[in-house]
Amino acid sequence: MALLDVRDLKTYFKTDDGIVKAVDGVTFSIEKGRTLGIVGESGSGKSVTCLTIMGLNAKRNTITTGEALFKEQDLLGMGMRRLRQIRGNDIAMIFQDPMTSLNPVHKIGNQLTEAVLLHQDVTKKQARARALELLKAVGIPRAERRVDDYPHQFSGGMRQRVMIAMALINDPDLLIADEPTTALDVTTQAQILNLMNKLQEEFGSAIIIITHDLGVVAETADDVLVMYAAEVVEQGPVNQIFSRPHMPYTWGLLGSLPRLDAETERLVQITGQPPSLLRPPSGCRFHPRCPYVMDVCKQTDPPLKPVTGDIDHYAACHLDEETKDREATKLLAGMVAEARTG
Amino acid sequence: MAVSTDAQATEQARPRTGNELLIVEDLKKHFPVTRGIIFQKEIASVKAVDGVSFSVREGETLGVVGESGCGKSTMARCVMRLLEPTGGQIIFDGRDITKLSRAAMRPIRREMMMIFQDPYASLNPRKRVGFIVAEALEVHKMGTDAETKRRVQELLEVVGLNPEHYNRFPHEFSGGQRQRIGVARALAVNPKLIVCDEPVSALDVSVQAQILNLLKDLQRDFGLTYVFIAHDLNVVRHISDRVMVMYLGQVSELADRVTLYREPKHPYTGALLSAVPIPDPVKGRERKPVVLEGDVPSPLNPPSACRFHPRCPRFREGHCDVEEPPLYPMGDGHLAKCHYPLEHWPLTEEEFRQPGRQAVAT
Repeated sequence: MALLDVRDLKTYFKTDDGIVKAVDGVTFSIEKGRTLGIVGESGSGKSVTCLTIMGLNAKRNTITTGEALFKEQDLLGMGMRRLRQIRGNDIAMIFQDPMTSLNPVHKIGNQLTEAVLLHQDVTKKQARARALELLKAVGIPRAERRVDDYPHQFSGGMRQRVMIAMALINDPDLLIADEPTTALDVTTQAQILNLMNKLQEEFGSAIIIITHDLGVVAETADDVLVMYAAEVVEQGPVNQIFSRPHMPYTWGLLGSLPRLDAETERLVQITGQPPSLLRPPSGCRFHPRCPYVMDVCKQTDPPLKPVTGDIDHYAACHLDEETKDREATKLLAGMVAEARTG
Repeated sequence: MAVSTDAQATEQARPRTGNELLIVEDLKKHFPVTRGIIFQKEIASVKAVDGVSFSVREGETLGVVGESGCGKSTMARCVMRLLEPTGGQIIFDGRDITKLSRAAMRPIRREMMMIFQDPYASLNPRKRVGFIVAEALEVHKMGTDAETKRRVQELLEVVGLNPEHYNRFPHEFSGGQRQRIGVARALAVNPKLIVCDEPVSALDVSVQAQILNLLKDLQRDFGLTYVFIAHDLNVVRHISDRVMVMYLGQVSELADRVTLYREPKHPYTGALLSAVPIPDPVKGRERKPVVLEGDVPSPLNPPSACRFHPRCPRFREGHCDVEEPPLYPMGDGHLAKCHYPLEHWPLTEEEFRQPGRQAVAT
């Protein structure tokens, strides 16, 4: 039994203009000790998926259906009281923006101890010791002094470390990290990713990492979920996604990336803009931007089908497998050839 | 001391070819920190840019990289004369523009334009797109109303927007489309130089690719010269001919694109390059990043001598914290501000920490 099992998750928001289908039938699962990477453009529903699992969407105007089984209990149908016991304790979340997700008027030590006191039966002193221990673990220098500082006294990278310390303070089984390094410089990003890896080895937590940086996904994730316009369009183990991508959108993402290990004169670009989720395109939602579009794509939405020859690799595309293999090989071979000359 | 050696080194390593469009010499921008309300007393200064020299040849792209707070945007704003430089010289198209008055600057402004980072904040939300793009044309009194309108529609088409969207407001466009409007606005007066300050940082990868391709096409078609500022090393490598790495208001390395990425000499460049994730699950996991300790120090009170020394894995006590390294020429226009430049690339962690050879002779 998987640690978290999400089945046919749908999140719809009612707005004045109509219903926005922000997440439309997402299914995935994650085991203990594994890392799942969710990639996609802004507005593809990556963050909303995770917010829904955490029960953090505003109740008003939100319709949620499907199941999110965490240790065989459905998080979606759970009462507020029970959910609060799980949140911050068994499941923790790191938010994207370290500048705005800490409370600016409380010392970070107090914010950290609050998390411990809420979920564990310990004294304030013990909680503070735990907070200190975590600040040291995430590599905050002079933690004894910094514990009584306010968030504005920390730099961006240091604040993100505080966020990670807060998320890990109750040894969560599942850690959801929403773009944890997007706001940071590359050198700081390397520090933070290192840290998350180390902590995972130590605590054996499962991690869901949401990002639009394919480099980060390639290096940290075991499995990958590619989302486009509220749907999963491809999913599978990281090696298969990068060595045998089977969906034109994934090709576009890989090709549009300028990369250090390859020389590209001209980037592959995905033409057009991501569609509105108020009125998503008919059939395959990627068809208006897809260079391989066929008539069938405009009418029927392709289901996620297993990719023959691969294990646990699924893609949603009407193209026949031969064409997909040929095109994927062409794309990747182009990159390799360029890497050699460059 | 360091200044004169810097200038000399620059002189040796980069003989003027005569087709430099922009020459910047020892540019400085210090922001005063004052105390007191009536009797304001300067107690310190933030040295945002502290002695930057470089030149940009006609038709080339100079990429500028560095972490946030390294002074790359301030440098750009000084070059554009949007900020008054504290010291140094800016020579644009053979004219010293450092001390020109506002009125004297005006005709020069149409030769140099800027594209800003945030397409949401850099377009006036209450003006129509047609007006935004045409404004520079009107300021410089280029053409009649009908000509202006035709020119704007032509520009919108050039940057890949529908010319019929002339009358729309910025909020009706997506981020990528807005950045295209920013590009059209910069192109309107036929500038020679465009300074792009993080033009793709706020965009998704797929849209980022569209804008990068567009900028390259425009350069080819109109013979533009770019100064391209970004913190993403992949993007800079893709678009630049030469790359300048900045750290705490100074240039730490300058080289042509291929050399810089293939044989970086400065440990900071090495650390930056090794920190970039590679989108390949096999190669990427073999990568061993050189993790730098700590954060960028404050430019209010920068470290003595070599500014990188508190974070540098190759730091040598008694040398790096005492004597500031000049920009040593590394051959072929390659400059690196380091006493112990990297011997080769890539290096193992061990080699990185233990500089093998003696310091470069001063």
